[in-house]
Amino acid sequence: MSLLGPTAQGGPEFIQLLTPEGQRVEHPDYAFDAGGRDEAEVVRGFYRDMVLTRRIDTESTALQRHGELGIWTQLLGQEAAQIGCGRALLPQDYVFPTYREHGVAYCRGLDPLRILSLFRGVDQGAWDPNEHNFANYTIVIGAQTLHATGYAMGVQRDGLVGTGDPDRDTSVVAFFGDGASSQGDVNEAFIFAASYNAPVVFFCQNNQWAISEPIERQSRIPLYQRARGFGFPGVRVDGNDVLAVHAVTQAALQYTREGNGPMLVEAYTYRMGAHTTTDDPTRYRMSEELEYWKLKDPISRVRVYLTRNGLADHAFFDSVEAEADELGVRLREGCKSMPEQHPLAIFDQVYVDQTPELTEQRDTFAAYLASFEGAH
Amino acid sequence: MTKMTLAKALNAGLRKAMEDDPKVLLMGEDVGKLGGVFRITDGLQKDFGEDRVIDSPLAESGIIGTAVGVAMRGYRPVCEIQFDGFVYPAYDQIVSQVAKLHFRTHGAVKMPMVIRIPYGGGIGAVEHHSESPEAQFAHTPGLKVVTCSNPIDGYWMIQQAIASDDPIVFLEPKRQYHADKADIDETAVPVPLFSSRVARPGADLTLLAYGPTVKTCLKVAEAAAGEGRSIEVVDLRTLSPLDLEPVYDSVRRTGRAIVVHEAHTNLGMGSEIAARITERCFYSLQAPVLRVGGFDTPYPPSRLEEEYLPDLDRVLDAVDRSLEF
Repeated sequence: MSLLGPTAQGGPEFIQLLTPEGQRVEHPDYAFDAGGRDEAEVVRGFYRDMVLTRRIDTESTALQRHGELGIWTQLLGQEAAQIGCGRALLPQDYVFPTYREHGVAYCRGLDPLRILSLFRGVDQGAWDPNEHNFANYTIVIGAQTLHATGYAMGVQRDGLVGTGDPDRDTSVVAFFGDGASSQGDVNEAFIFAASYNAPVVFFCQNNQWAISEPIERQSRIPLYQRARGFGFPGVRVDGNDVLAVHAVTQAALQYTREGNGPMLVEAYTYRMGAHTTTDDPTRYRMSEELEYWKLKDPISRVRVYLTRNGLADHAFFDSVEAEADELGVRLREGCKSMPEQHPLAIFDQVYVDQTPELTEQRDTFAAYLASFEGAH
Repeated sequence: MTKMTLAKALNAGLRKAMEDDPKVLLMGEDVGKLGGVFRITDGLQKDFGEDRVIDSPLAESGIIGTAVGVAMRGYRPVCEIQFDGFVYPAYDQIVSQVAKLHFRTHGAVKMPMVIRIPYGGGIGAVEHHSESPEAQFAHTPGLKVVTCSNPIDGYWMIQQAIASDDPIVFLEPKRQYHADKADIDETAVPVPLFSSRVARPGADLTLLAYGPTVKTCLKVAEAAAGEGRSIEVVDLRTLSPLDLEPVYDSVRRTGRAIVVHEAHTNLGMGSEIAARITERCFYSLQAPVLRVGGFDTPYPPSRLEEEYLPDLDRVLDAVDRSLEF
């Protein structure tokens, strides 16, 4: 398969394997690979993943509305981009997310409650990244793309690129958005990764909006075409088509694992919700646009495809719905019963080797807190 | 025992750290074939290879940002920022990521990174090449900040910093790089990294210095001795955390203290040190803690830097003011 076909050269078309109407189509360069499993079973799995991911999102939005979360970063509409990519990863691959990759986190096996604790203000997303090869959420836009590139440089030094062993060759995925593409860090990450030939898949979810600023404010050319200027291939995939995202990401991961250097994937999608729960998109975008994108919904098209081709029955859809309901209950209860940290905990988290001055400050504050004990 | 300049001592210290631990990597602009613009990494790429001594694209945020990922993969990056005034493009990565990752992850992620910065003035350079940004990093929780003043400290402190599991901003007084030589005993037991050191004992007044001003203050003490004044000089060495117990001991004896640094006086290290001395030694003080620093202007054109930098006379003037108070 050539990654330098017309699309990578900057052609206008994007890669699609499942139309918004639920029709399965083929692409000359990218074929869906079910990995030796029954394709229908895999697609049903994607459907389930996307429904559960959307439930994580809608439940979390509701929890914010009820005052249980301080804020929530919605992914509504980006389920296919995240599940298609997340399910293409191999266990040894490593992910550097933004703050919106709840679907990828789900694919990596991270408990959504670990994410809710961040948005509840209990912690700042304190999971051990090595547990699921899923780095911590990064809020400063684009900063993580450099971390991904550096991590990939480490992978190179560990000799885990281009060995030909599918269980060892490793790729690193840097997530970012259309807004972040304007950041210096993202452009520096492109340059460092290209210069060192590092195994990084730059996965851009172009959801058309950076809070209130449209993609036209960030770029005069399609984002995937930027890769050419940095000397590596870029492709644009229908980010609402889980099969196409899976196929393209799988190819990009393999391309980077083989030691060909980085690759850019632009998942062309749409932020159907607000930037966060504090945002009000009615101030800056037309409702017609949202209606247009609703017709391209990533979950509906898979459901239509499965139904029309007799690949899933009512019992299946009902069972997924029931599972989502259970997940919703678990998230609601888990969020509300989340234990708070002791105020003194923060002093012990700053350094590996605590400094005497911080110990002193901690002890002074502890004594101050203790002075209220028994007082009313 | 080997006689070395600070530049050679740092080079030897880096070499030793790389020999001791294969996970140590050097990253920075021109650190490879050129050996760095000050030659601190001279010959290291030749001996340790391009995978361990990495010439970076010219992007400081990129250097520190990729070093974060390199560290997350289990390596110990030592990053060179070519000049003090060029650290600001990397400021976000240092302050928002390097300093906070351990805290953010409750210790799951460690950042064993050293950020080497040649700093300070006095070399006749153009703008952005003579600055002293230490307070900006010392003000940032999660970072540790140290600075060496002489070849012996340079040799040991760089190795100790690399061995630290916390991120360290390592400030090197560039005008001392090729100035004085000292005998380095590679078999000696070094003093702990985060400790200050009495560089010259005295009884009448305490001068607090670090990095490039230690030499200035030792000259001041020598000159004052000729006038019958006994001045103690403390080399702070560590700016975050500060190690002030020896300073408090000293001030309780002398009753007078002056902090001397090249950085702007306003909200410089001297401000914090003066506040702490006042809190701890209030009844011992015979005079207010004074500060002698760079003025609160941008660093001036080089033909004016001799007036801008705290020198022998300006410090002696402050000594007079303190003793006459």
